[in-house]
Amino acid sequence: MKSIKNHFSLIVALFAILFSIEVLIINNRAINAYEVKLASNYSIVVVSNTLITNKQFKSYSPYIATSKELSAEKIISKLQKNISKQNIQLLKLAMPKFYQLKLNHYPTPYQIKTITNALFSNPNITKVQDFSNTYNTTFKLLLLLKTITQIFTLTIFIITILLISKEMRIWQLKHKERMNIMGLFGAPVWLRSAVLFRLAIVDALIASAITAILFYIISQTRFIKTQLSSIGININIFLPIQDGITLVIISTCLSIILASIIVIGYKEEI
Amino acid sequence: MNNIITANDISLSYNQNETIINKASFTIENGSFTFITGASGSGKSTLLKSLYGALKLDSGTLLIGGTELNKISSKKLNFLRQNIGIVFQDYKLIKEWDVEKNVMLPLIIGGFDKDLSKQQVHKVLNHVKLNHQSNKYPLELSGGEQQRVAMARALAHNPIMILADEPTGNLDDYSAELIWHLLEGANEQLKTTIVVVTHHIPNTLKVRYNHLHIEYGEIYEVN
Repeated sequence: MKSIKNHFSLIVALFAILFSIEVLIINNRAINAYEVKLASNYSIVVVSNTLITNKQFKSYSPYIATSKELSAEKIISKLQKNISKQNIQLLKLAMPKFYQLKLNHYPTPYQIKTITNALFSNPNITKVQDFSNTYNTTFKLLLLLKTITQIFTLTIFIITILLISKEMRIWQLKHKERMNIMGLFGAPVWLRSAVLFRLAIVDALIASAITAILFYIISQTRFIKTQLSSIGININIFLPIQDGITLVIISTCLSIILASIIVIGYKEEI
Repeated sequence: MNNIITANDISLSYNQNETIINKASFTIENGSFTFITGASGSGKSTLLKSLYGALKLDSGTLLIGGTELNKISSKKLNFLRQNIGIVFQDYKLIKEWDVEKNVMLPLIIGGFDKDLSKQQVHKVLNHVKLNHQSNKYPLELSGGEQQRVAMARALAHNPIMILADEPTGNLDDYSAELIWHLLEGANEQLKTTIVVVTHHIPNTLKVRYNHLHIEYGEIYEVN
């Protein structure tokens, strides 16, 4: 019971930090997956007087992934009854070329503008339809979500750091006595600090494990899965190994820094 | 006999302005039993602290086993402390460790084999009549028992010198008698140098001892 009490305060503080960081990771992962989905649905339509190859399109902007020529056959076939075959051939030659451009990621409004300007540098391109009005609203919504999550994470992080610094003072007092006694019997600094570091690392591992288990359970719930698939996100938002390692590294580093500050600030009392 | 402690014109103070010991000189022989007495606030405990390097000298030289304490590196100071057993008035036991681990502290620091250390711990706990309390925590023991644990810790690694700061100050007669008996035994059988700070020298002691008295910042040898 006493041992649990010793660990509890740091574990809670570390858990709060890890929780906020994991929320940020998961949120970014979900938004990125949603952006990929939006990017695959999003396209720019280009009207050109001449043929433009895929390679030429890519040379205008690195964001352009593929280009596809849109067939004009449907429109022409409607006119076939009223126009002669010869005129249809002439019409085919005279008609501009329509292209659908797919991008390799979900672009910012600025990037869309850059792509449009780059395309217009070709004098044969007469029209670029980027559907930016509809697009901008979705982009701003995603940006808002990202910002809110970042502010949330930062706030939790600051509050928890304040909590940890208070906890650190308690730790300093609690461990100072033992370190002092060990010092009086000639224990080198590493041995005096060993208990502290062991405690810090154990707490870091426990906090990481609790966070990872909690997020794994949350990510496996039917509610979350349904919510994500309803907006077209079909990925695992929590990756046990990758996220687990990230959490362990962050919490271990934090608690080692904490323990080091205590050791550096330690002065032998007489 | 050679001297284990040689103090030449040493001055000690608190906060650099309140001089406690003023240019005092004395020696303590290796294997001897020495009492340091004096009135409350005379500087007995301050002097003892300087002997294990917890308090720096304002001036003078203090040699412990041939090593000058004021110029000692932290590594050498640790080594020196590993060869000294200290008994504090307030016991200084680690509250979150049980009796066995507390007594084992000098053996852990010295890097001794764990099994041999355990055997040694139970041997000294037997000497202080606390073998049955080895799994208890300091706060579960009485003051007398805690001081006996502190005594066992000071004896556990067979140090070359034991420094004791009023070891029987707050103890019952039984515990006090046991402490004196153990200090006498260490001195007689193991030739351990014993330096004890106390208000009163017990009259039941059988061992031959030296007596240093502190008064008005000066240290006198009492014959």
